[in-house]
Amino acid sequence: MIQPATSDLITVTIDGREVSVPKGTNMIEAARRVGVDVPHYCYHSKLSVVGNCRMCLVETGMPAVDPATKAPVIDPATGKQRVNWGPRPAIACATNAMPGLHVRTTSPLVKDCREGVMEFLLVNHPLDCPICDQAGECKLQEQSAGYGRGYSRYIEQKNVKPKRTLLGPRVMLDDERCILCSRCIRFCKEIAKDDVLGFTDRGSYTTLTCYPGRRLEGNYSLNTVDICPVGALTSTDFRFKMRVWFLKQTPSIDAESSAGANTLLWSREGVVYRITPRQNDAVNDTWMADSGRALYKAIRGDGRLDCARVNGAESALDLAVKAAAELLLRGGAAVVGSGRSSVEEQFLTRKLAVALKAKAWLVSRVGEGDRILVSADRNPNVRGALVTGLVDALPSGRLDALGALIDSGSVTSVVSMGEDLAAAGLSAAQLARVSVIYLGTHANATSAAAKVVISTLTVFEKHGTFINQQFRIQRFARAVPGPAGATDDLVALSRLLGAVGRPIATADVGALWTAIASEVPALAMMSYGNIPDTGLQVDGTPWAGLPFAEGPGLHYSPAAPAGKEASRG
Amino acid sequence: MAVIQVQRKTLTLVERAYLPQIFGGMLTTIKHFLRPAETMEYPEERPAIPPGYRGVPTLVMDPHGREKCVSCQLCEFVCPPKAIRIVPGSVAAGAGVDHVEKAPQAFDIDMLRCIYCGLCEEVCPEEAIVLQTQYSTSGYSRAELVNHKDRLYELGGTLPDKHFKWDVKKAAEERAGGRH
Repeated sequence: MIQPATSDLITVTIDGREVSVPKGTNMIEAARRVGVDVPHYCYHSKLSVVGNCRMCLVETGMPAVDPATKAPVIDPATGKQRVNWGPRPAIACATNAMPGLHVRTTSPLVKDCREGVMEFLLVNHPLDCPICDQAGECKLQEQSAGYGRGYSRYIEQKNVKPKRTLLGPRVMLDDERCILCSRCIRFCKEIAKDDVLGFTDRGSYTTLTCYPGRRLEGNYSLNTVDICPVGALTSTDFRFKMRVWFLKQTPSIDAESSAGANTLLWSREGVVYRITPRQNDAVNDTWMADSGRALYKAIRGDGRLDCARVNGAESALDLAVKAAAELLLRGGAAVVGSGRSSVEEQFLTRKLAVALKAKAWLVSRVGEGDRILVSADRNPNVRGALVTGLVDALPSGRLDALGALIDSGSVTSVVSMGEDLAAAGLSAAQLARVSVIYLGTHANATSAAAKVVISTLTVFEKHGTFINQQFRIQRFARAVPGPAGATDDLVALSRLLGAVGRPIATADVGALWTAIASEVPALAMMSYGNIPDTGLQVDGTPWAGLPFAEGPGLHYSPAAPAGKEASRG
Repeated sequence: MAVIQVQRKTLTLVERAYLPQIFGGMLTTIKHFLRPAETMEYPEERPAIPPGYRGVPTLVMDPHGREKCVSCQLCEFVCPPKAIRIVPGSVAAGAGVDHVEKAPQAFDIDMLRCIYCGLCEEVCPEEAIVLQTQYSTSGYSRAELVNHKDRLYELGGTLPDKHFKWDVKKAAEERAGGRH
């Protein structure tokens, strides 16, 4: 990224290499810019600095000047200005950039410091690595390889502490492993705004606990597990399930709300084991809600549709598509798109609606926003439907207008893109009057009433993009294959388009983007490949006047006329 | 091509009598009769297994009859032919050995895949998987040749333990009393 020219840049020298950093940058971040890793435990880039682990000690110095004349003192050996190194090391996390500051991160003194800190941290640390869930992504394990002593000089009894304390419904504490970095405490206080954690007792008896009568049960509790540099805080859901080195990481997007937190799916051999946040400083920093981490359970959840059905009987996809096309071509069709579909699917849904000369509907899902990363709009991609032109106004939560059309007889067949029409306000009698074609992942009242059911993929099993509340288009990728009888939504839609006489060239997400870029003005000049992992901003000004449901959240403030006040929790 | 005529050698009287050759052959046979046998009557008779022999991998228990494996899955990770599959699980609180915390729910070694390299034994931090002396594996189906957890413990039995790591841990816990 090109840095904008500012006068606030300060040049510091790290291990002999000069780097210009903005004012206020600390030495860990400055060193990161020149590719130097300063080991640390308590420092976290999104939390306040406390400096209690002492692992990031570095040597600092300032250029020497003559005290009387203020003229630079030149070292005759090198011909450069001499550096006066400080007598003691300083912690890099709390040392901010000063003009001319010199830092040494590899000197013998620094190595001695790190070895000393490691020895103290490991004095009471149990040898749990074989059973510890953090093994493989543990900072203490990593640094002990570089700065550990390899044997113990400690001859006293090791401290014994409780091994399994439940701090909340999703977080378990192993006290022996805790290195008292206080990241979790600061997270609860500063980010989750739910100050429940604290230390009690003194010295090596110090223990992490909840305040009396409180539990760590907020919707952001699992972030403490993510930021724990050791295995002290573990997720009860992932605990002892799989070692992390077996898991493949796939970048994805949290589909629980329009906040669009960036996530990583951790899977092995077609099974997703956990979801963790992925850093995106424009959207979710390094956080995500607990509710979004449980979504993977739907992949193997009850009621997963695993084959195409026509009139309730199992059928091949070709026959199901043919039957659907026959029902749709009788006229009087309506298309219910979904704010949970990807941009590509909404693009094809719009094409289907145009081909059938049908009106496209959308169902909104509005809950209460938490002002952080769960926004009021529980559909991840309503803005995608606006951008692709599937709908031109914000949807309502109920399909009463569609119900009226069904009652009047002008709509005789409905395509639902995974939306439960019964839950959206259509009565059983109305569903019985029309021929429903349901493309979805899980069984519900609509799939039970549908004439044709085509089973499709969840967000974890396909590629695509969502446009979040900031009008930021973000990609998600396939982590695991879908069940045997399920069809990719894009394939199902393109087959339907072919069957109703408007074939499209491809159902491949990458190739489809050629058509999207040429037909959707807001997405012109984009392709699936050139959307970065952290997303791309789409110009949302044409829709700026719409009363969106979202209230303020992390990195998001709604435009002047805020939507529902309900979201201001 | 020229044809070379070869004259057959005429045999002497002794050679024509055959007797020296017959007796010479019988002498060799008798010599072998009297020498100690080179082969053994397998399977009735079994060879002595040298120390360090790498036989079928097994799971062993400590002298208290507790399972040593903590399902760290390092053997599964290191296994070159991917013969080992483990489903880890936690030890329920209050099970008496709950300070162990973790134990395998399922532990399968596919003996059709195993190459007897011994890396699993080498990598095991708990000395729970040991290649012992059994060398003969046979079965009528593929499924039969996958050793499940109970079979692995049956094959492995109990081995002496120098460390008693969990006992040490429990003793420390009790010494500390309520005060951690």
